[in-house]
Amino acid sequence: MLSVAARTQFPGFALDVEFEAPSEGVTVLFGPSGCGKSTILAAVAGLAAPREGRIALDDTVLLDTARRIALPPEARRCATVFQDARLFPHMSVETNLRYGMRRAPAGATGPCFEEVVSLLGIGHLLGRRPGGLSGGEKQRVALGRALLARPRLLLMDEPLAALDAGRRAEVLPFLARLRDASRLPILYVTHALDEVDALADHLVLLKDGRVLADGRPEELSTRTDLPLAARRDAGVLLPVQVLAHEAAGGVSRLGFAGGELVTSLRPEPVGSYMRLRLRARDVAVATEEPRGISTQNILKARIVDIVPAGEAQEVFLHLALGPTILLARITRGSVGRLGLAPGGEVWALIKAVTFDHAGLPRGAV
Amino acid sequence: MLSAEEWQAVQLSLNVALRSVAVSLVPAIAIAWLLVRGRFPGRMLLDAVVHLPLVVPPVVVGWGLLMLFGVRGPIGGPLQQWFGIRLVFSTDGAALATAVMSFPLIVRAVRLGLENVDRGLEQAARTLGAGRWDVFLTVTLPLMAPGILAGAVTAFAAGLGEFGAVITFASNIPGETQTLPLAIYSATQTPGGETTAARLAAVSFGLAIAGLLAAELIARRMQRLLGRG
Repeated sequence: MLSVAARTQFPGFALDVEFEAPSEGVTVLFGPSGCGKSTILAAVAGLAAPREGRIALDDTVLLDTARRIALPPEARRCATVFQDARLFPHMSVETNLRYGMRRAPAGATGPCFEEVVSLLGIGHLLGRRPGGLSGGEKQRVALGRALLARPRLLLMDEPLAALDAGRRAEVLPFLARLRDASRLPILYVTHALDEVDALADHLVLLKDGRVLADGRPEELSTRTDLPLAARRDAGVLLPVQVLAHEAAGGVSRLGFAGGELVTSLRPEPVGSYMRLRLRARDVAVATEEPRGISTQNILKARIVDIVPAGEAQEVFLHLALGPTILLARITRGSVGRLGLAPGGEVWALIKAVTFDHAGLPRGAV
Repeated sequence: MLSAEEWQAVQLSLNVALRSVAVSLVPAIAIAWLLVRGRFPGRMLLDAVVHLPLVVPPVVVGWGLLMLFGVRGPIGGPLQQWFGIRLVFSTDGAALATAVMSFPLIVRAVRLGLENVDRGLEQAARTLGAGRWDVFLTVTLPLMAPGILAGAVTAFAAGLGEFGAVITFASNIPGETQTLPLAIYSATQTPGGETTAARLAAVSFGLAIAGLLAAELIARRMQRLLGRG
């Protein structure tokens, strides 16, 4: 368990945060640039000290300004992956990978060199110099180097932000593999929602140097009082399991707590788990069961709540399907016309199940 | 080609220049580090003091050394008394005078090298478990090597030609402190010394060109080693 409390002041910016991150899995610090997420990461790494604060990893106090404790970065064992890979240009890829490994305490455990190299697919790069590598390759080496330092906590400061879309898609699966293989807590800073969907086990939402909310990303995705809801791609994050593939119809059936979804054929094997984002804009409602319609996913749901969506003439419907909450974004006019009210039964029409925000399934990559 | 005396002057010059670089390298790296990374009052003053030999007449630097390191000077006295080391009028003294004169050149080059080192790399090394000294030796120093080398080569080349400070502090003793420029000077003061002066001038010229070429070659090789080429 990582617990962080930090207060600091810069001209024009104040940081005052407090949160805890679970001992396993990925905790994502998410927020717009300038919200203080990288400052928090630097404070945990020991690269910058907040004016006041206490940071502890399990029983080890990394920083306690009240007790004048501040471990130097090298004693914290919080290996960091930066946006710019920061590989040492005068060493080969292999020497880079072994840099932290040679400095790890004797008793430290972790995956061995060969495991990490094959996990990240960088075996063919070992003899090369970092200068000649592509952005994606550099970042994979940086991930390996951090993991081989046998850290107690992995810190990642927007590791994909400097990469173009193609390179991001190349590195993201490796990040998911590393998460599954390392069994380490990972503190991950990003402002990209697809990285949250793909990786986050725990989400800390930041704005203007403060924590707005923190919790499971699935839960936070159903809250319409957070800035997440104001995004064009707002919608609930839904954990699903592949139930069946119907090659003839070209569809796969995905099960979730409260129902089933049909999508175009998925490559993942039956039984695998994944997470997808159902955008509120892609969910429509009908008061009677629609017939003669091309929409494949029509699910019976109950209206739990109706809340205004920002300043627009639109509202969010909170729809309950068993234990699962879905969001639908529709106009106020439709609410009046259909006489929608909390407690009412409706049919939710899911126009699209998009996978551009699909989470990477644990253990299935 | 060269007479025995002329050879002696060439060898002495190389010897003095080499030793001057050897003594000033480590202090120059330390001073450059303080000037780039240090946050202390008096940093500007230190910067100015280091650069003094560039602007003060060399003869004045030589005179200052004479005052400090002379047999009755505050440093020279104890050195002579306790360790039996005499710097004035000796090859060691010539090397010291040359080192002081070329010190700002080395510091400037090392400083440039250090300023080019990405501090992000040092931070990354720290989070990977390397302490301050470890990071300095394994990351900072190798990455500033081009600057150090450039400084050393420049200082060596400049040191071959140091005149004013050497002649003032160490005098003009053949075989002891008479380096190339001093030998040329003496030759021009001697009737019939024109050919000697011309030969030694040609040697000076050749050494300077060789130094420049060596510096360029080393710099290229370094850039390749650091993966920037």
